[in-house]
Amino acid sequence: MSEALKVPTMAQYTAEGKQPEVLFWVGCAGSFDDRAKKITKAFVRILNKAKIEFAVLGTEESCTGDPAKRAGNEFLFQMQAMGNIEVLNGYQVKKIVTACPHCFNTIKNEYPELGGNYEVLHHTQFLNLLLKEGRLKVEGGKFKGKRITFHDPCYLGRANGEYEAPRKLLEKLEVELIEMKRCKSNGLCCGAGGAQMFKEPEAGKKDINIERTEEAIKTQPSIIAAACPFCNTMMTDGVKGKNKEGDIQVMDIAEMIANAEDL
Amino acid sequence: MNYLLNILFLLALFVGIGYFINNIKKIRRNILIGKNINRFDHPKERFKNLLFIAFGQSKLVKRPVSGFLHLVVYLGFIIINIEVLEIIYDGLVGTHRAFSIFGGFYDFLIGAFEILALLVLVSVILFWVRRNLKKVKRFWNPEMKGWPKNDANIILYIEVVLMTLFLTMNAADYHLQQLGVTHYAQVGSFPISQFIAPLFNSMTDSSVILLERFAWWLHILGILFFLNYLYFSKHLHILLAFPNTYFGKLTTYGKFPNNPTVSSEVKLMMDPNVDPFSTPVETDANATPEKFGASDVMDLNWVQLLNAYTCTECGRCTSVCPANITGKKLSPRKIMMDTRDRLEEVGKNIDKNGEFVPDGKQLLDDYILREELWACTTCNACVEACPVSIDPLSIIMDMRQYLVMEQSAAPVLLNGAMTNIENNGAPWPYNQMDRLNWKDE
Ligand code: SF4
Ligand code: SF4
Repeated sequence: MSEALKVPTMAQYTAEGKQPEVLFWVGCAGSFDDRAKKITKAFVRILNKAKIEFAVLGTEESCTGDPAKRAGNEFLFQMQAMGNIEVLNGYQVKKIVTACPHCFNTIKNEYPELGGNYEVLHHTQFLNLLLKEGRLKVEGGKFKGKRITFHDPCYLGRANGEYEAPRKLLEKLEVELIEMKRCKSNGLCCGAGGAQMFKEPEAGKKDINIERTEEAIKTQPSIIAAACPFCNTMMTDGVKGKNKEGDIQVMDIAEMIANAEDL
Repeated sequence: MNYLLNILFLLALFVGIGYFINNIKKIRRNILIGKNINRFDHPKERFKNLLFIAFGQSKLVKRPVSGFLHLVVYLGFIIINIEVLEIIYDGLVGTHRAFSIFGGFYDFLIGAFEILALLVLVSVILFWVRRNLKKVKRFWNPEMKGWPKNDANIILYIEVVLMTLFLTMNAADYHLQQLGVTHYAQVGSFPISQFIAPLFNSMTDSSVILLERFAWWLHILGILFFLNYLYFSKHLHILLAFPNTYFGKLTTYGKFPNNPTVSSEVKLMMDPNVDPFSTPVETDANATPEKFGASDVMDLNWVQLLNAYTCTECGRCTSVCPANITGKKLSPRKIMMDTRDRLEEVGKNIDKNGEFVPDGKQLLDDYILREELWACTTCNACVEACPVSIDPLSIIMDMRQYLVMEQSAAPVLLNGAMTNIENNGAPWPYNQMDRLNWKDE
């Protein structure tokens, strides 16, 4: 972590009469949650390294409304959505990248009808694009040959059919990817979606994140790779709950790439 | 000639099919209790889904064992039923095996039917073993007690009876053909039933003829019974799977519909040109305000109600539901079964009263508990797993919407998160002005 992060805002770009290539939508978890902030920074370090002209909305960003909508509060959701769309359209944003599959899903699928039309990419998709265009190089580095399992986020996988982008990045990192029995379209939820993150679980035999972590542990990984800040929290808690935090790390793929490069 | 049998046959057909049509009309009426939703767009894509998912059973084969067995029963069922055409013709006209005029092709058909019948018989027995002895977990959830469990077995028994009658009928026919009994010309080929035929060797010709007629009659009556049993059974899917896959959700699973009434309200609120103190420009002052979400079946749309009638109660959805797997009350299959049960109740109410008279019950609380609704993670696993394109999640979401927007009855913590979103643009109590602080931390 040598250099300071360069994180320009849309307001700054506009003041200079310029337009960035892409808007980085940080999201609430990425902005405020201690664990997720590390993912945000790792992703920014990659963007800085690849010299991508990006900007954030900063204090002009607000919750996409995903948890409100999934909790059943359509009114609050649309208030949030239309407020955000007003800001985004005001800056004439065309392309958005985000490290949160929930933000990704909401902006990509639910904003267009409300007047927000953008090209929206999940960070794993965006990083693949950079690789393809030769603007970013990823090599195994310290992850080469490590046993790693990948937990599919529901809102990237089943909800949007993207199973390959994160796996391609893991392939680039030359890890030994061990799939869990329930993976890709059969992947098991971490338990956070549908606003569950913000409430107590209903009574049952077990918490969902424990069920999923147990499955991940069965693959005997040194790292559980994630691609969603909420899954990350759930799986990290799960690993702690199973007293495995000494052996198993939970890492976002962006963190892995940034670490492989010692960024 | 004696026309009594032909008349009896016509009568049986008339009653059987008439009653069936009546049931179908009832189902149609009940489904149309639902709200309107446009699912007539993209006919090509929809037709493709019908072809692949319903005819091709593309989702079923994801579980190879049950998928394969189901394919056998399904193909057997469809193909063997070609035979019914001949039975109906014979029954009405008084001929015997009228289609044998097709010669070699007829032999081939009957032979194929027999082999299929045997395969169906074997598959159905394996299904029975799986369901009753092997304790496949998804058949033992609480919602599968009582009628649903019996229903599943009854269907298997009906299939066994129908297939056995078919083979007995053929065996007796073959036996009589070999003896050159009049009316029993040497037609068809009987690769399976020829091995049953020797059992009749000690019987007199007339009793074998009686047996043949008996099997023939029971077979067609059994089919008519089966047709009418459907309405009361999860087996309705053999008909409704086709329209249901056609009208299924086409957009990505992650996209939940935006409520247009809410959109216009929010737009109005955010429009700086609207004078907030002017009287609202409501066009229809008497219009009852729209009810948000669903607390009963009439608040759901017709596709959701069609879903409920189509559900096969297979439990694939429940077996992949993270909430159910971890012991919560939520079971997406139960959501569908409850919706159907309540819809039936509403239908009976209409039958009795001419229109729906409030009965002090509703889908919410009387059937589906809040505890079930709040356990859902909206992970879409149930939607992905359903072999007939049912969307239990959409019903859960509509009912949550009712709870929150009409009743303000969200769990306390969730209410807190929503207040935070409203006040400071994040589900946690952080100030929006601190949103970029991470950069310097
Ligand atoms: S969407 Fe809800 S009901 Fe369906 S499988 Fe996931 S948690 Fe269960
Ligand atoms: S909703 Fe679909 S998967 Fe679930 S029980 Fe019914 S048919 Fe089976």
